[in-house]
Amino acid sequence: MSVNKVEIILGLDEPKAYISEVYSDEVCRFSDDLSKWLRKNKDACAFPDIMAVAFWLRKGNIEKMKKEFYDGKIHMGRGLIFHITPSNVPVNFIFSYFFGLLSGNSNIVRIPSKKFPQTDILCKAVKEVLQNDDYTNIRDNTMFITYERDKEINDYYSHICDGRIIWGGDGTINTIRKSEIKPKAVEVVFADRYSFGVIQSEKILSMTEKEILNLARGFYNDTYIMDQNACSTPHCIFWLGNKAKEASEIFWNVVKKEEEKYTFEAIKAVDKYTDLCHTAMERTDIEEIKIYGNFLYVVRLFGVPDDMEALRGKYGMFFECGIKSLNDISNSITEKSQTMIYYGIDENILRDFITKSCLKGIDRIVPFGNALDIGVLWDGYDIIRSLSRVVDIRK
Amino acid sequence: MDRLWESSPFSMNKQEKSEFYSEKLAELTQKHSQGCILYKRFLENLKFSLNKVYAPEEYPFIPVRLFKDYELLSVDKSEIIKTMTSSGTTGQQVSKIFLDRKTSANQTKALIKITSEFLGKSRLPMLIIDSKKTVSDRRLFSARGAGILGFSMLGHNLTYALDENMELNTETVGNFLDKHKGEKIFLFGFTYMIWAHFYKKLACLNEKFDLSNGILLHGGGFKKLQDEAVDNETYKSELKRVCGIEKVYNYYGMVEQTGSIFMECEHGRLHASNFSDIFIRNPKDFSICEKGEKGLIQLVSVLPESYPGTSILTEDIGEITGWDDCPCGRYGKTFKIYGRIKKAEARGCSDTYERK
Repeated sequence: MSVNKVEIILGLDEPKAYISEVYSDEVCRFSDDLSKWLRKNKDACAFPDIMAVAFWLRKGNIEKMKKEFYDGKIHMGRGLIFHITPSNVPVNFIFSYFFGLLSGNSNIVRIPSKKFPQTDILCKAVKEVLQNDDYTNIRDNTMFITYERDKEINDYYSHICDGRIIWGGDGTINTIRKSEIKPKAVEVVFADRYSFGVIQSEKILSMTEKEILNLARGFYNDTYIMDQNACSTPHCIFWLGNKAKEASEIFWNVVKKEEEKYTFEAIKAVDKYTDLCHTAMERTDIEEIKIYGNFLYVVRLFGVPDDMEALRGKYGMFFECGIKSLNDISNSITEKSQTMIYYGIDENILRDFITKSCLKGIDRIVPFGNALDIGVLWDGYDIIRSLSRVVDIRK
Repeated sequence: MDRLWESSPFSMNKQEKSEFYSEKLAELTQKHSQGCILYKRFLENLKFSLNKVYAPEEYPFIPVRLFKDYELLSVDKSEIIKTMTSSGTTGQQVSKIFLDRKTSANQTKALIKITSEFLGKSRLPMLIIDSKKTVSDRRLFSARGAGILGFSMLGHNLTYALDENMELNTETVGNFLDKHKGEKIFLFGFTYMIWAHFYKKLACLNEKFDLSNGILLHGGGFKKLQDEAVDNETYKSELKRVCGIEKVYNYYGMVEQTGSIFMECEHGRLHASNFSDIFIRNPKDFSICEKGEKGLIQLVSVLPESYPGTSILTEDIGEITGWDDCPCGRYGKTFKIYGRIKKAEARGCSDTYERK
């Protein structure tokens, strides 16, 4: 391999495959220390996404996850995990790294060559906290690297790893999969996904103004924060029940009030209007297009289309349609369906829908406002279990 | 339309223009709706009524990018005699503009009419500040080539000033100038090419060419020149310094609306002619910007009949500087261009493995 094409941001030239138990004390302490470092650092505090990382890394959260994970069995790491992390979510690589650490592994993390200010702050934080000699095992077994796309380098790291995590969708997965991994190695891949929302329409009509505002704020965080471009961001809202039109009217007018928060550059206006024109020119099932300035476009369809996953917007363009029961959408759910955000629907109804409808998709069902909350259960994987192995000891 | 062909190209005042455009755009929108199913659906879905006459600024516009995404025609394909293409940026999909006989002829007529205001009524000997290769090599044929061909109709004794390596051919230029000594000369080229391959060479020559009889028309934008901190004023004064040329006019136009170009007048303002109009829109809600307020440029042209390019939303930022009040005496809106909008860095979780 042409080593000179790889830039080592942090760590040794080649980590050993140090293996520990999942949620090891060393990793849990390191996580909390890193969290503290970030929360104390002025530069870091300027970035809400870094603060979300810091919040996730803190002791209380990690211990809660550890408790939820514990099943009395022994779980050990697999060895070395090779991470390909996404280029347009600045903080994602840290989550990926910790998924590897918490599952008891050593890690080689490829950080995209396009860097964000967040990248530098987070790398600096990891580097400094790892100088503490309490964390020698982690220090010797962490490597952050960056390189331009290069099959030879992919081949090399894929060949030596015991597990590979690929973020970034279908295209990236197909490219990286051309590099073989060991027969026993495992792979966790995050493919292109589709997400949507369901709201019990009658509930909207009985909500107080403040409650609706909270719902709209949650929706704003689920969508606009990531330019409506994350895999767990909803593109379509289904109005369940008999008050679809009335509820829709109320809801979108409140969402519109969030406009001031969003940075809306001219290019977004053009991109978004272009998308709207595509939709208006191509679709023959449009009941109405509602335009709330350029901040919010809502395209109402006559019914649930078969190609639901083609309904995509950017920077705040949503589709909607009324449904009488959750079963109305089950035919449109495919293996691509990831997150369903919901409001006002009873948990038993949701459980029933998932277990009885024999669906290939929907891996997450979360309330409005939680669509982007990443965790160890993601995209249908229990990531810690996927990256570790269970040791069966019998008496 | 007849009145446009008969009158001078900058003769319509505010009121005349508003009335004329209200009617004319209703007619054109209807025509495009009848001929282009995609455009028809677009109008219907945006609740645009074909039975109503709107104010000029109320007619719908489509983003220029749609000409890359679709083949948009308002007439039967058999009537198309010419397809113009342009690649916005290298490596991207090309725009396709379909012209029938009438639209193509009107584009030429309008171009001649508008430019004759600056070049005079008779054809002038023409020096093209480019290489012949730009038009002759089909593989290289681009918006630049199309532009040269379009403007070539305005001159005679066409001479290319640059050789195939884009080097200034001093002998050719010298001979051309000798031959047309004392005559008015028409020079044409692209803003950046003129600067990089003509101006810079002229500046180093020992013996200066005398182009004081020349009239230069140039377009294509100052984007690349911004890096060298060259604005329109510097451009003009520097050209004058190196070859004595006094009449230098910038124009603004796009392949989607060929013919109805916007010309810079003697007072340095870009003008909409009778054949075109311009609106500046606020990106937040596409409302009309006041004079002096920057926004996205929407262009309107009465020429396109064979494709729905009557009203387009560009990716340029501009500002209205006046209406019917330019000291040059020409009517119509005047405006300034600030260049292309910045590309967005979309957030999200796809595309990890960067494309090159």
